[in-house]
Amino acid sequence: MKVLVCVKRVLDPQVKARVKADGSGVDLANAKMTMNPFCENGLEEALRLREAGTVEEIIVASVGGGKTEETLRHGLAMGADRAIQVVTEEALEPLAIAKVLKQIAEQEGVGLVLTGKQAIDDDSNQTAQMMSALLGWSLAAFCSDIKIEGDKATIIREVDAGLETIEVRMPTVMSADLRLNEPRYVKLPDVMKAKRKPMDKIELDSLGLDTANRLTTLQVEEPEGRAAGIIVNSVGELVEKLRNEAKVI
Amino acid sequence: MSNLVIVEHDNNEVAAATLHAVTAAQQIGGDIDLLVAGENCGAVAEAAAKIAGVSSVKLADDAKFGHHLAENLATLIVDVAPGYSHVLASATTFGKNVMPRAAALLDKAQISEIVEVKSPDTFVRPIYAGNALATVQSSDEIKMITVRTIMFEAAAAEGGSASVEVIGGGADTGLSSWVSQAVSNNDQVDLTSAKIVISGGRGMQSGDNFEMLHKVAAKLGAAVGASRAAVDSGFVPNELQVGQTGKVIAPDLYIAVGISGAIQHLAGMKESKVIVAINNDSEAPIFQVADYGLVADLFEAVPELDAAL
Ligand SMILES: Cc1cc2nc3c(=O)[nH]c(=O)nc-3n(C[C@H](O)[C@H](O)[C@H](O)COP(=O)(O)OP(=O)(O)OC[C@H]3O[C@@H](n4cnc5c(N)ncnc54)[C@H](O)[C@@H]3O)c2cc1C
Repeated sequence: MKVLVCVKRVLDPQVKARVKADGSGVDLANAKMTMNPFCENGLEEALRLREAGTVEEIIVASVGGGKTEETLRHGLAMGADRAIQVVTEEALEPLAIAKVLKQIAEQEGVGLVLTGKQAIDDDSNQTAQMMSALLGWSLAAFCSDIKIEGDKATIIREVDAGLETIEVRMPTVMSADLRLNEPRYVKLPDVMKAKRKPMDKIELDSLGLDTANRLTTLQVEEPEGRAAGIIVNSVGELVEKLRNEAKVI
Repeated sequence: MSNLVIVEHDNNEVAAATLHAVTAAQQIGGDIDLLVAGENCGAVAEAAAKIAGVSSVKLADDAKFGHHLAENLATLIVDVAPGYSHVLASATTFGKNVMPRAAALLDKAQISEIVEVKSPDTFVRPIYAGNALATVQSSDEIKMITVRTIMFEAAAAEGGSASVEVIGGGADTGLSSWVSQAVSNNDQVDLTSAKIVISGGRGMQSGDNFEMLHKVAAKLGAAVGASRAAVDSGFVPNELQVGQTGKVIAPDLYIAVGISGAIQHLAGMKESKVIVAINNDSEAPIFQVADYGLVADLFEAVPELDAAL
């Protein structure tokens, strides 16, 4: 089975996002970028499925401009076999991304799609669900455990009430939660090897899809900060303040 | 304008989260209908009909909706949605699972986790773990929306007298089936609706040490939460996680114990009314959002707190 792992280039999670002075968006100029952590979990799972013999080939794909290639190279260094970059300088919405990646999944004839459950930049949490809809496949969202057996997969999902186990028919679209696995570190020889792995570039326009955005961002602003608090010197003082000042206990 | 709110429930009761989504619909304006899909869930439809401001409740009662699997439920939403200007669900794992699937089938964008309604087509939503707020305007004729519950008051559960209309539900897609649900501890206070939450982080060192927090929680009528590090370390189960990828909560009082205050944790609790931090590192970022900070060893401070209450 071939698997398509969809990955996104995002601001590094350790970096605090800064809003541009003109309110047009978040300032990413010169910012440290990485592969979205959840996407790394998706890719790691694909690598483990290949090691277990369930998967033969791993394709990493991403939709984006110039530096997206760096993120795909990282995926190749982690161990993916080849990469596809759908090239566009426009910031597409999840629905458009799902249409593009659905087409790639069909062209490549994959039997499984793995994505991260959300991207930590726009926090939309939509792409996997939308791809499953467009492909007409089953959906396994927020996975923390995956077992594939023949034409079925048993999934443990992280839900608000705890852990839910479901069974889905293959082919399927799975979205990874952080506790699915611990992504491996990339070693220098892997980075060198990744440079020689195939990287296809497809122009977005050549796919002939309607990827027009449906949302217009009118403004991006920083949330109001919290007023500065105080340091108390003892548990006694804390309890007194909570009772008599804040009146919350 | 007309709103369809997808009701979250366990086949017995309407989930509190839905009441917050109803309020978002009220702010959009126009009629509000509710969709209840489940198995033997007539009681849910009756309760839903009593929610203030609701015009009608559509009830799809069928085994294939029993566990709210995304494939069958999305297909139903696609059948019912045309004619509505807005379809809303709470931004819980229930809504996050099914709504984007329905949106894509309708060829509509989804506006995730709105925190404010500016006008019927313009909404505010947090991005970058809440470090920025984006105001977005939608051009879709059906607006598919999930609602961040803490930012909208709960609608009154009583006072309405909507009609209940039974609808069919289409064929079973047969794509997935439910196997089981592990629920760890039912008698604890619900984290998302608790007025007081006491959370532990990596500084707690073990699951056993969380017993200290449970004792304080019992005295305060509080729920116990956790950081991702505490969940990843196996101290507590995943449903206790607060943050960007866990639950987003806003209690009156949030007590963070042995939690450093990473961006991703703050994303889940910084709307709390009063924040208390107990940490032995005076440089920990959690102190920057705390109303009351106590620089102390938690293994001394928490038992002292327990004794003082
Ligand atoms: C994509 C992504 C998503 C994430 N989502 C979430 C999320 O939803 N929720 C979340 O919480 N995190 C999330 N994280 C993780 C987050 O970045 C932090 O790693 C995590 O919150 C740290 O947890 P912690 O504060 O318990 O641990 P640490 O950062 O290790 O902090 C432990 C704190 O305990 C204090 N301490 C230790 N011993 C004592 C003692 N005896 N007495 C008092 N204080 C003590 C230390 O001074 C320290 O400040 C996410 C990360 C990523 C990359």
